[in-house]
This record gives sequence, structure tokens and C-alpha cells, in this order.
Amino acid sequence: MTSLRIFFLGGWTSYRALFGWLSPWILIPTFIIGPVLQIVFFALVGRTAGVGDDTFFLIGNAIQYASIPCLFAMGNTIGGERYSQTLSLLLASPARRVPLFLGRSLPVIVNGLLCSLIALVLGSLVLRVTIPVSAIPMLVVAVTVAAFSCTGLGLAIAALGLRVRDVAVLSNIVMGVLLVFCGVNVALTAMPDWMAAIGNSLPLTHGIEAARATVAGASAADVSGLIVTEVAIGSAYLALGLLMLAYFERESRRSATLDLA
Amino acid sequence: MTATLRLLGMGWWLQMKTRSRDPFDGILNIIYPLIFATTVFMMFREGGDESALITAAVGASVMGVWSAVATSAAGSLQNERRQGTLELLVAAPAPFPLLVVPMTLAMATLGLYSLVATLLWGRIVFQIPISIDQPLVFAAAAIVTAAGISLMGFLLAVTAVRYRAAWALGTALEFPIWIVCGFLIPVATLPEWVQPISWILPPTWGVAAIQDAAFGGTPWVNIAICLGLSAVYGVIGALLAGRLVNAARTHATLALT
Repeated sequence: MTSLRIFFLGGWTSYRALFGWLSPWILIPTFIIGPVLQIVFFALVGRTAGVGDDTFFLIGNAIQYASIPCLFAMGNTIGGERYSQTLSLLLASPARRVPLFLGRSLPVIVNGLLCSLIALVLGSLVLRVTIPVSAIPMLVVAVTVAAFSCTGLGLAIAALGLRVRDVAVLSNIVMGVLLVFCGVNVALTAMPDWMAAIGNSLPLTHGIEAARATVAGASAADVSGLIVTEVAIGSAYLALGLLMLAYFERESRRSATLDLA
Repeated sequence: MTATLRLLGMGWWLQMKTRSRDPFDGILNIIYPLIFATTVFMMFREGGDESALITAAVGASVMGVWSAVATSAAGSLQNERRQGTLELLVAAPAPFPLLVVPMTLAMATLGLYSLVATLLWGRIVFQIPISIDQPLVFAAAAIVTAAGISLMGFLLAVTAVRYRAAWALGTALEFPIWIVCGFLIPVATLPEWVQPISWILPPTWGVAAIQDAAFGGTPWVNIAICLGLSAVYGVIGALLAGRLVNAARTHATLALT
């Protein structure tokens, strides 16, 4: 019961604290205008280069934008606590670590999901792309699992926050890696094998592929393998993040560097 | 005149030393433009048009200059306020604009690094056969473009000073400038209502000059227009900065947002 309370209430409280500074002046440019502009930019570049179509860029970039909240919010889980000088208090608490940190990921997944869905709706209006109504339920599933797996990666970055001072810079770089390797704007089939192999081991790749297949008319059964793979990759990153958190916490206590980086 | 140039030079050098050691302005400015350039190169390579790829490589190289300026410039005065140094800048005997311009000049100078790095990245990693027809003119056009972008950044910095989340505004402006200034997408292919916006932005002419210099055109008219527009942005920024300082002194709100 205590773990559930920590998971839900602790996660929600942390999220509210994290985004306490998130006024509409930040929220609208970051989570609404930004993704739409990225979609339009790459769609226009695609037209100039003579590759892809607007639907390809709409889906790829809208889902990739889930990485903004998923990476940055999770990354700030540790950095933000250190900045507000509450990291020692948090880690001195007897709360179990798994619900403590997983609880923080739940609102972030919802944030990433909403960010991507809004981008999909607005982007499709701007580019006049029609998404079949029948594809919407499975599209929401694909976006949700993509946000989940990206949050798993975000938790691993959060763990690095116990060692690295500038988590935001790291999150920016990882976001760029996802942009290049996950088939967001260039299909994996058009990449060299080594790049495709990296892409296949990252979050988002299979979620984006599932979303594109769904919009192209594939059934739920057709994309279920991609969805399961995306969930598995996300779970692996989540587990890795929890292990890293446990290790770095122990090392930080041992070397008395919890408030340093 | 000498004192002004000395002030600008010393301010620029101080800002260069500070910003090149900052992870956001330093490390990220090295890697971030290459990420977008890589995506763009792969897209144009997939398209299969070699000449379009070469043109895109030159255009993509300028994208990093704007990236280096947009977010940092928008939040620069907010940062000074947070550090408690904005009052010192305003109270200094030197004109306030001459203290702000070196900040954005330093950002654009760091951005010039990404211009060179992107071209080398394209040449070495993607083996794009980039050959610059007029290297010296190309360098001049690149410097003029960077100056234009820095003065746009100056205007942005001054305009956004009362906006607490100015960095978010700067970040949101990154893609629009990439779209409308013809870095990768020809201005002529943009909707007609967008094109006049492109024409009043210095980078549009700067990029055109850079491409002319690279591919054997005559860039001097574009360079002149870029310089002229940059001067206009500088003057508007200086006038706004003056009004801002006066208003803040009158209402005692300099340290507030």
C-alpha cells in the first residue's frame, strides 16, 4: 500500500514540482508550437529532397517529439532534486526506490503521449494529411508504448545525473541520436546496416514503424510484434535505469559525492 | 571610435572565453548542428540528386549559426538578471547596446565553427564533393551572415528581456528561421505570403551570398543587402535597448521580470 502511495502520489507531486515553473509561456512554445514546426520543417525538406511524403514526416517527428518530456523531465528527476538541495533528503528516505522512481515516470509518459498526439493533430491539419479514423486506436497505442520506452531511456539518463552535472546537455544529445537513428526522417532501410542496427536497439524506432504501418492500413495483429518489441526495449532501458540508480546511489554514498557532480 | 571598437573587441573576447567553456554553448554547439546536418544529408542522399545534396550541404552549414544564437541570445539578458549582473551592465558608463552586442557576436562566432564543421562533416563522412568556387568571398559572406544573425540575436535579446521564459521563445524560433531563410528550402517554393518575411531577414540574403560564392555566382548584392538589413536590426535593437533601460529605471523594475 505504501509503495502504491509513493508510486502515484509521490510521482504526481514530483511531476508538479518539476513543472511548477512550466507556465503557458513555456508550455505552448515547447510542447505545442515546437513539434509542429519540426514536422513542417522536415516535411518541406523532404519535398525539396524528393523523399518520403508528408505522412511519413508527420508520424516520425510527432512521435519523436515525445522524447522532449520523456528525456528532459526524467533527466531532471535527479538534477532538479540536487538543484533544490533535496536530493539527500530523498535518498535518505526509507521509501523503496522502484516505486519512488517509477512513479515519477508515469506522469511523464502521459505528458509525452499528449505532446505527440497534439503534434499529430495539429501537424495533420497544417500539412492536410488525413489519418483514417480506424487507425486512431492503434496509433494511440503505438504512441503510448513509444513514450513509455523513451521514458525508460530517460530514467537511465536520470541515473547519470548522479554523476554528470549537465543532464540537459546530455538529454539534448540523446534526443539528437534518436532523431538520426530511429527512422524519424530517413527510413531504416535507407540507412547503412550499422545505423539500422543501432536504431533497432533504441526506443521509438519500432513505435514509429508500428504507427506508420497502422496509418497505412495494417491491422493490430500485423503491428503487434513491433509493439511488443517496443515495450521490451522500453522495459530493458527502465531496468537498466533502476540498476544504474541503485549503483550510483551506493557509490555516491560511499564517496560522499551525492550533492556533487 | 577606437574606444568603441576596443569595448566591442574586449567584450567579444570575454564572452568567447566564457561561452566556449559553457557546456550548453560549447559542447552542444559542437554536436547539435551535426545531428541536424546528418539527418539532412541522409535525406538528400536518399533523394539521389547530387547537386541538391551539395546545395543542401552549404545551406545546412549556416543552420548551426542560427542555432548557436537563437536560444542563447533570447535568454542572455535573463541570465544576466539571474546572476545579478544586469544592473552592473546598465550602470556601466558604456552604452548598454555595446555591452549586449558582443554577447550575440560571440554566440555567432561560435556558430561559425559549426559552419566549418558541417562542411567538413559533409565532405569527410558523407563524401559530398563540396568545392568552394570563391573561397575568400565565401569567407566574407559567411562572416557577414554571422554578423547579421548576431544582430538579429541582439534584437531578440533586447525584445525578450521582460519575458521570463525567453529561452523557450528562442528555441521556438529555431525552426521558423531555418524554414523561411532558404537554408535548405528555396524561398521561391515557400507560400507567397511567407516570402516577404524571408526578404526582411538578413540570413536569407546571407545564405544566398554564401551559395553564390560557393557555386560561382555574384554575391556582392546579396552581401550588401545582408549588411544593410543587419544595420537596421542593430539600430532598432539599440533604440529598443535605450527605451528598455529608461523604462526600467523609471519604474525600478530592472531586477524584476
